Amino acid sequence: MKEFKVTPIRNGTVIDHIDVGMALKVLRIIGVRNEVSSTVSVLMHVPSKKNNWKDVVKIEDRELDPKELDKIALISPDATINIIRDYNVAEKFVVEVPERVKGIMTCSNPGCITNKSEPVEPEFVVETKKPPALRCVYCDRMTTDIAENIV
Amino acid sequence: MSGSLKGSDIVSIRDFSREQIERVLEVAEKMVPIARGDEKSSLLEGRILGSLFYEPSTRTRLSFEAAMTRLGGRTLGFDEPRGSSVAKGETLADTIRMVDAYSDVIVLRHTQEGAARLAGHFAEKPVINAGDGAGQHPTQTLLDLFTIRKEKGGIDGNHIVIVGDLKYGRTVHSLSEALSMFGAELTFVAPPTLQMPQEHIKHIETRGIRPKISNSLEEVIAEADVLYVTRIQKERFPDPAEYRKVAGAFTIDREMLRDASDNLVIMHPLPRVSEIDPEVDLTPHARYFDQAFNGVPVRMALLSMVLGGIE
Ligand SMILES: Nc1ncnc2c1ncn2[C@@H]1O[C@H](COP(=O)(O)OP(=O)(O)O)[C@@H](O)[C@H]1O
Ligand SMILES: [Mg+2]
Ligand SMILES: [Zn+2]
Repeated sequence: MKEFKVTPIRNGTVIDHIDVGMALKVLRIIGVRNEVSSTVSVLMHVPSKKNNWKDVVKIEDRELDPKELDKIALISPDATINIIRDYNVAEKFVVEVPERVKGIMTCSNPGCITNKSEPVEPEFVVETKKPPALRCVYCDRMTTDIAENIV
Repeated sequence: MSGSLKGSDIVSIRDFSREQIERVLEVAEKMVPIARGDEKSSLLEGRILGSLFYEPSTRTRLSFEAAMTRLGGRTLGFDEPRGSSVAKGETLADTIRMVDAYSDVIVLRHTQEGAARLAGHFAEKPVINAGDGAGQHPTQTLLDLFTIRKEKGGIDGNHIVIVGDLKYGRTVHSLSEALSMFGAELTFVAPPTLQMPQEHIKHIETRGIRPKISNSLEEVIAEADVLYVTRIQKERFPDPAEYRKVAGAFTIDREMLRDASDNLVIMHPLPRVSEIDPEVDLTPHARYFDQAFNGVPVRMALLSMVLGGIE
């Protein structure tokens, strides 16, 4: 049974099973503040079979690029991506936390050289995936509050 | 890093295998007569060390310079960024590119964590980390290991008691991880608020070592083969009275050493303030000045190994 809390979309992306409370962070990642070219709907605190509660974001006429998918994986490793074509789910996959992360997050250590104006992109090795914990390649410190540090 | 150190950056002690550390310590042993000035060497003749100190340091900077000079090489650089292009806002990356062109090996002390790793990315010549903020200081760890091995004939099986600020002290983090790699028995003595962070204890336990945790030096000193002392900084305590109490309880004096073994060796990375009473200097336990000298042969070994003078 399909039960829609919003009007079905024809083409676009449904980001489902977002960790509850993280929908606004997901919106920031996909940059909805900057560009208005299609409808975006947000459902927060939706009952979910998997994890009790979840958030859902639906974007019309847009598919996500790999950097956006990596960022979503880091703040919500169980999110599923549903690509909608002609009202149907054409593709479905769970986001994947990458092994290494470059240029999508800043180091949470204020003393880290990458937080000064040096010509480098911060880079991290993912040490644990759930929940994600990332070690800075430069200063060796762990960053766990990913959502706060994503760029 | 695997095998030869030629051309390698020396950023963190975690980059070394046990075999590589052992090789550095062996080479350092051979360097001792040259470090003392009893023998002459021209191993690094014509080579230039670019020495960049963004933060003051006495021992580390002077011992690198002594090491390079004893091997026939020369040093250029600065011992504070004031007056240099750095003060005008040049990035570390740009300064490194310049010094890379003027020298054969770079030694860097910086205020920011990760600075040496970044320098290594921009330099083609090997970069040696001489301390990056609250981060790593691998040559200090190597000279500490050298000192223990020299004084005790080995590291394995010795009981090493580390006392002081174990929470923020970068020296003790790297040292205890390295000691665990060599199978030393470890006890960490600190006031509870300054104990060794869990992250480091976990890392040590992956090596099969279970460190003991204590807040009383008196209770463990009789069992110690080596006592490694570090400073407890006043700034860590909001209440000056609390600081005085803690500092007093961790001060090494003759009274504290009453039950110590005759063969106890006392080390300190220096500079010390009041954590070791000067009366201890006269006891056969004191090795901190020998330890400071050992910085020279150890840094000679590293310089010659990264420059390929010795495999
Ligand atoms: N045409 C559509 N328009 C908007 N949302 C849709 C559309 N098709 C599916 N969805 C949403 O995408 C998600 C995945 O859909 P589906 O695969 O049918 O369900 P489930 O993953 O719960 O088995 C669900 O949140 C669903 O509401
Ligand atoms: Mg390099
Ligand atoms: Zn960092």
